Amino acid sequence: MAQFRLPANSKIVSGKTYKAAPGAKDVRAFKIYRFDPDSGENPRVDTYEVDMTTCGPMVLDALIKIKNEIDSTLTFRRSCREGICGSCAMNIDGLNTLACTKACDDVKGAVKIYPLPHMPVVKDLVPDLTNFYAQYAAVKPWLQTRTPAPPDRERLQSKEDQERIDRPAACILCACCSTSCPSYWWNSDRYLGPAALLAAYRWIIDSRDEATGERLDALEDPFRLYRCHTIMNCTEACPKDLNPARAIAEIKKKIVERNH
Amino acid sequence: MSLRSPLGRVLGLGSAKDGAHHWWVQRVSSVALTLLTLWFVAALLALGRLDYAALYVWINRPINASLLVLLTVTLVYHSMLGVQVVVEDYVAGKGAKVASLLVSQFLHLAIGAVGVFSILRIAFGSAA
Repeated sequence: MAQFRLPANSKIVSGKTYKAAPGAKDVRAFKIYRFDPDSGENPRVDTYEVDMTTCGPMVLDALIKIKNEIDSTLTFRRSCREGICGSCAMNIDGLNTLACTKACDDVKGAVKIYPLPHMPVVKDLVPDLTNFYAQYAAVKPWLQTRTPAPPDRERLQSKEDQERIDRPAACILCACCSTSCPSYWWNSDRYLGPAALLAAYRWIIDSRDEATGERLDALEDPFRLYRCHTIMNCTEACPKDLNPARAIAEIKKKIVERNH
Repeated sequence: MSLRSPLGRVLGLGSAKDGAHHWWVQRVSSVALTLLTLWFVAALLALGRLDYAALYVWINRPINASLLVLLTVTLVYHSMLGVQVVVEDYVAGKGAKVASLLVSQFLHLAIGAVGVFSILRIAFGSAA
């Protein structure tokens, strides 16, 4: 059966509470998932009280403040702090999103922060994305052609054709969509997931690409593509407002189109 | 522990080059089921009396018997495809998966056979 129960040593226990300094005015609690594989202990949820009068507005600002001033052992990925690198994807207040573009004020009550769901955890908020990246590589996310490139210029594309790939090409591979998908939770070993399928779609509709048929061949599989049951958590989760669910539906339509 | 590369694991046995037909038929059969079910419910409501004698006369009409056979076959086929998806989603072990799929298919076909036979039996007037 799909694994519904947690493996041994993964039941979450309650952890430490770090109180705000006395005199702090606007105190906000952050409940953060902590897991250290080297300790042999179960994961726990630590509570950090942060004085928001001395903290930036975004969840990432709070995380950095906690790491700098309260607990340097807190581990998370971050880089650009403006929603373009995709590093700080995590589950905030029950939704997968980027910590850098999620405002603390958009969350009611304590801010609950967990790693992306159903992925192996390396430490704290850092998930192991090895399989996710391999799935991206598996769809050959690069231009494939037989016509040689013009010797004196780039391959041309009309403005309309460029606009068709504009949105799907804006994916930053943060993994918010794939890790929000129940079908991906149960079958991520064989289902490619919304992020990889969105990337595949981006190349399938690229007017310069000449491997459309081979790409569709590679996707036509009960597990790789058809595990998508149109749940649409992917589109709901995407912090870039992209639509992986629609891209998957378009791929399915194109494959059926070949039969008629 | 396997030392196989992550990409090698993802590529696995390659594409089955299958699934489109399953997906398409599931959608087509659901549209057919909508229409057939509407007819079925409307016809029963119009019939008023639902005792054995009234239904016997109703099923005995060729058009009703034909549509009932269509409804039964479509329903069974659609359900078989749907249960297959559920099994593939949630049953992970290879042996358990194949066994569950076979049991599901046998049961669906058996139910379908009994259903169609029952309708034809009345339609051909041998169950009075």
